[in-house]
Amino acid sequence: MARLIALGPFADLLPVKIGTVTCTEIVRDGLWSVAPYQGKAEAVSAQMQVQLGLGLSAVNRRDVAGETICQWIGHGQWLVNAPVALDGLAAVTDQSDGWAAVAIAGDAVTDVLARLLPLDLRAGVFATGQTARSLLDQMPVSITRTGAQQFEIMVMRSMAASLVQDLTVAMSGVAARDAP
Amino acid sequence: MRINCPHCGERDRREFYYMGDALALDRPARDAGVEAWDDYLHNRDNPAGATRDLWYHEGGCGAWIVVARDTVSHAVQGSALAAKVAS
Amino acid sequence: MRLHSPRQTVTFTFDGKPVQGVPGEPVAAALLANGIRLVGRSFKYHRPRGILTAGPEEPNALVTVGRGAAQDPNVRATMLDVSEGLEVRSQNAWPSLRHDALAVNDLFAPFLGAGFYYKTFMWPRSYWKRLYEPMIRRAAGLGALSGQANEDRYEKAFAFCDVLVIGAGPAGLMAALTAARAGADVILADEDSAMGGRLLREVEDVDGQPAALWVADVLATLAAMPNVRLMPRTTVTGAYDQGTYGALERIAGPAHADGLLECFWRIVAKRAVLCAGALERPVAFANNDRPGIMLAGAVRSYVNRWGVAPGKSVTVFGNNDDAHRTARDLHAAGVKVAGVIDSRADVQVSGDYPVFTGGRITATTGRLGLTSITVTHQGGTRVIQTDCLAMSGGWNPSVHLTCHMNGRPVWREDIAAFVPTPDAIPGMVAAGACNGVFDTSGCLREGAELGAEVSRDLGFKAKVTLPQAEARTYAIAPLWELPGKGRKWVDYQNDVTTKDIVISAQENLQSVEHMKRYTTQGMAPDQGKSSNVLALAVLADLTGRGIPETGTTTFRPPFVPVSIAAMGAGGQGKGFAPMRLTTSHHASVAARAPMVEAGLWYRPSYFPLEGEVGWRQSCDREVGYVRGAVGVCDVSTLGKIDVQGPDAAALLDFVYTNRISTLKQGRVRYGLMLREDGFVMDDGTVARLGDQHFVITTTTAAAGQVMRHLEFVTQVLRPDLDARVSSVTDHWAQFAVAGPKAMVLLNTMLDEEISDVDWPFMACGPVGIGGVVGRMFRISFSGEMAVEIAVPARYGESLFRQLAGQARTLGGGPYGMEALNVLRIEKGLLTHAELHGRTTAYDLGLAAMIHDSKDCIGQAASSRPGLVDPARERLIGLRAVEEGRRLTAGAHLFAREAKAISANDEGYVTSACYSPTLDCYLGLAFLQHGPERHGEVIRMVDHLRGVDTLAEVCAPVFFDPEGGRARG
Repeated sequence: MARLIALGPFADLLPVKIGTVTCTEIVRDGLWSVAPYQGKAEAVSAQMQVQLGLGLSAVNRRDVAGETICQWIGHGQWLVNAPVALDGLAAVTDQSDGWAAVAIAGDAVTDVLARLLPLDLRAGVFATGQTARSLLDQMPVSITRTGAQQFEIMVMRSMAASLVQDLTVAMSGVAARDAP
Repeated sequence: MRINCPHCGERDRREFYYMGDALALDRPARDAGVEAWDDYLHNRDNPAGATRDLWYHEGGCGAWIVVARDTVSHAVQGSALAAKVAS
Repeated sequence: MRLHSPRQTVTFTFDGKPVQGVPGEPVAAALLANGIRLVGRSFKYHRPRGILTAGPEEPNALVTVGRGAAQDPNVRATMLDVSEGLEVRSQNAWPSLRHDALAVNDLFAPFLGAGFYYKTFMWPRSYWKRLYEPMIRRAAGLGALSGQANEDRYEKAFAFCDVLVIGAGPAGLMAALTAARAGADVILADEDSAMGGRLLREVEDVDGQPAALWVADVLATLAAMPNVRLMPRTTVTGAYDQGTYGALERIAGPAHADGLLECFWRIVAKRAVLCAGALERPVAFANNDRPGIMLAGAVRSYVNRWGVAPGKSVTVFGNNDDAHRTARDLHAAGVKVAGVIDSRADVQVSGDYPVFTGGRITATTGRLGLTSITVTHQGGTRVIQTDCLAMSGGWNPSVHLTCHMNGRPVWREDIAAFVPTPDAIPGMVAAGACNGVFDTSGCLREGAELGAEVSRDLGFKAKVTLPQAEARTYAIAPLWELPGKGRKWVDYQNDVTTKDIVISAQENLQSVEHMKRYTTQGMAPDQGKSSNVLALAVLADLTGRGIPETGTTTFRPPFVPVSIAAMGAGGQGKGFAPMRLTTSHHASVAARAPMVEAGLWYRPSYFPLEGEVGWRQSCDREVGYVRGAVGVCDVSTLGKIDVQGPDAAALLDFVYTNRISTLKQGRVRYGLMLREDGFVMDDGTVARLGDQHFVITTTTAAAGQVMRHLEFVTQVLRPDLDARVSSVTDHWAQFAVAGPKAMVLLNTMLDEEISDVDWPFMACGPVGIGGVVGRMFRISFSGEMAVEIAVPARYGESLFRQLAGQARTLGGGPYGMEALNVLRIEKGLLTHAELHGRTTAYDLGLAAMIHDSKDCIGQAASSRPGLVDPARERLIGLRAVEEGRRLTAGAHLFAREAKAISANDEGYVTSACYSPTLDCYLGLAFLQHGPERHGEVIRMVDHLRGVDTLAEVCAPVFFDPEGGRARG
């Protein structure tokens, strides 16, 4: 039979630029969740350090080493973007296609996000590298500050279109106010 | 209303799922008898004042937490991971 | 009349006539500048009404803006800025504002007092719906909606800060400045389009310069600070738990012109300083509602801030020193002051105009606008010709927000007003006029001091620097109702007079809460902002109780009306709920499949072919694919949860009723999950992928609930079990391939050929397909030979297209929810129609699945006698026995000869369909003693759809009861 063709979660919905804010798709080859077993967090961290050059990040943090990311993603769970062997130490689950990720950036990016998330994203509170799980509109998301005016938002893959819809509405509202 | 999640900090109530009194932590033994199970499943006080309930940070980190709060003043006094309270 | 000629003007219309306005001023100012005093008709008596205030508390000047779908009623003319082309119309008047037919109500006023409706329209009872109610609804009310869908846009947003300052008058500006200089993140919100509050309308100096210039300086300083956010046109509407505040922003400028009208903010502040100011109150004298009678502070606003004289010859009346300030400003602006009346006999004042001390207004004249007033004073009685009366009964601190969490304000005799109870809202303090401080110097000081105090609370170092300003004493002698013949209005917006309060008291409705409800005082959109204190003072006089004993009614949020559109912003259309789309969504839509909602998911109902009429025809054909050839269905919406860990099997033994730990690797088992109370939570399959690795499925509907439940068990009930759960629903796209030719189809696609021998019924494992590693499960939800095949979601669309295409070449094709439902009903397989939260394993005939050899969730409770009573409604199959008569889900079951009434109800149908396989209607139902009644013919009645038919009770598996087809 014919080989299966891969298709991204956003198809042709992205990129979108409205006003000063741009939203683009982030493509990653793989994504795995890591949930250490009881009393194994330190051993997991050590193994990951060896294999990936990154240990388990602190709660609410994303650590980056080169292309490699380790990010806290919830109670007792982390995400990494490279395969890791942790037999007997942690539950490792392939989530490569479970998430859809966007980068959203621009001068008014926090104004856009203030319309969607009940989160305190002030720079002093939510600095670069900070990550949070929250609800965007009603969608469970993971949001990470990746720069002064730049965030990454991850949403369940099936909700990718709704994420773009919500971001677009919020971006339009902010842009309308900034209009001359 | 805002609830403090031990992982995520203070968050809007909309991120949480409410389960009810924290006595759900104390599951009776299988053979504890009809009355113990009836109390566990159905009988709840409705206090004006201090309560301890279970909330699930469903729109957040996925932690079950025990929240101490006051039903009269609405003050939230504290919260802890249910996993820590239970074990 | 304008006091200066404007540099720039815009033209808007009022009731169709062009009116010149000055950019930045409200419609109310422009109307007064053009000599328009009559602005609307009142709620009940259709009395001619004008503009009373210059702010958000305006009860009279409500207008309708715009037309068609964008029509917005009950807009306060005092809060609406003029703009070019704005279309403003008066309300509650027909055929015109000057000649309103329903003004006839006013003649019947003696009969229309409080309680009139309750007493009059009681009988005959049948008249209420047909006559009285439509008549009253037509006559009463405020404004009207267009009835069309609102296409304007609204937003909601969240904001966070250290210090929220509510109100940008002298106290608010100093609080914000002090906190911001200390380093706190500050939000300063004010409902006016320009910040400055009272300083914008008073003629006085602050820090050696005119107040308005000082305001501009402070605002420039604040605007330049990165830790300050200024929010003009934003009314803080409510104070809620844990420092959460609601605020409504009226959007201005191009965005507004673009249809973006309002934003509802939820502001979370560690501390708040309430600087909401005070509202002036009217005095109840005869016919005190004529257009031209205004509050004194409002007159100063029009004169000083907008350069508009509200009349040619203005009289001032008050019980406090502010009245004289109004006269002074009018005089200085060159407006004729016809006289100043001070109700106090012992004041020493003089001016370049007549002053009457110990004065009372006893009458007014002027049908469509004030022409004269009659004054009784120490020297006698006098009629004054005047077209504008500026009155002041004193000031009410805006304590509202301090009462939103059950606080009650405290009466202060010296200022004859209520002030906030300290600490009524945790984290909020009140400063300035809203705290009973009425002089500028005091407001500046209290604002600065409290701004510093809350900053220090938060760990900032704050310094108080005070500007110089006027310090004054505020002397007042309480004045509520004056003698005189005629109605004396208390609540302008709801047309409540002192007489209504008298009736209420006479009829023993003497509690302030009863009085409010009986007279409707304070129940209009303005919530009695200008009338509450006056009303309760009148009530206190009548009952002989003091004002503190009488107390206030309860102040509840919102402080100003908030449109539902703003609170629910974003919730229309696609914003109502997120959509979850499967990877086959676009292919299904392209095949013209109607999509149905399943929770948040969208699934194809059926795939119509050219020439097919109605869904049944397509559905029957798709059922035929699966029974006769092969069908393909996207089942990705089912919850998929990865379970791993040394105790993974033990965890599953604890959450499923049956034993999972004995399941071999590479095999799948059906599992039943109970709630702790013994009722069924969900069912699904458990596949063992490795010794410590399982993947379980849930129904589409219960995926979230099961995930929450598993987290509860692992975190709370059994933290001793070392197992981890993770949802993989979105990672895998999964498709059912079902039918006698399923294996043929698969072997055209799989990288390696398979057979029944290496892939027996209930086998599972990895497979290669189209160059991708997927997972395959030999399970069936149709009773046919079937597999479910899963691939990473990026390949889902491609796989679906190829599977569907291959199926077509084999005489089959894709099938949707309708066919899926028929297939599973024919096999008696369950969905959440049956697992609806009130059924037990026993009810479903699955009691044997609860293994006694181990504990599991729900086991203890499911043995309760009530849950295993044979008389319970238990699962059965139903087969229609009357030719052409259908069975319907939701119908109720009765004994054959019984009357179809609820007392005889014996059960209900949960699922029903026409079975093309068996050529008859089938149903799944719950019936008392059901399994004991196989063969009995019973009556099925669907009162809603008008179906009444007979059906035979049978076993719930209608097709291939031995299950040979699925095993192959």
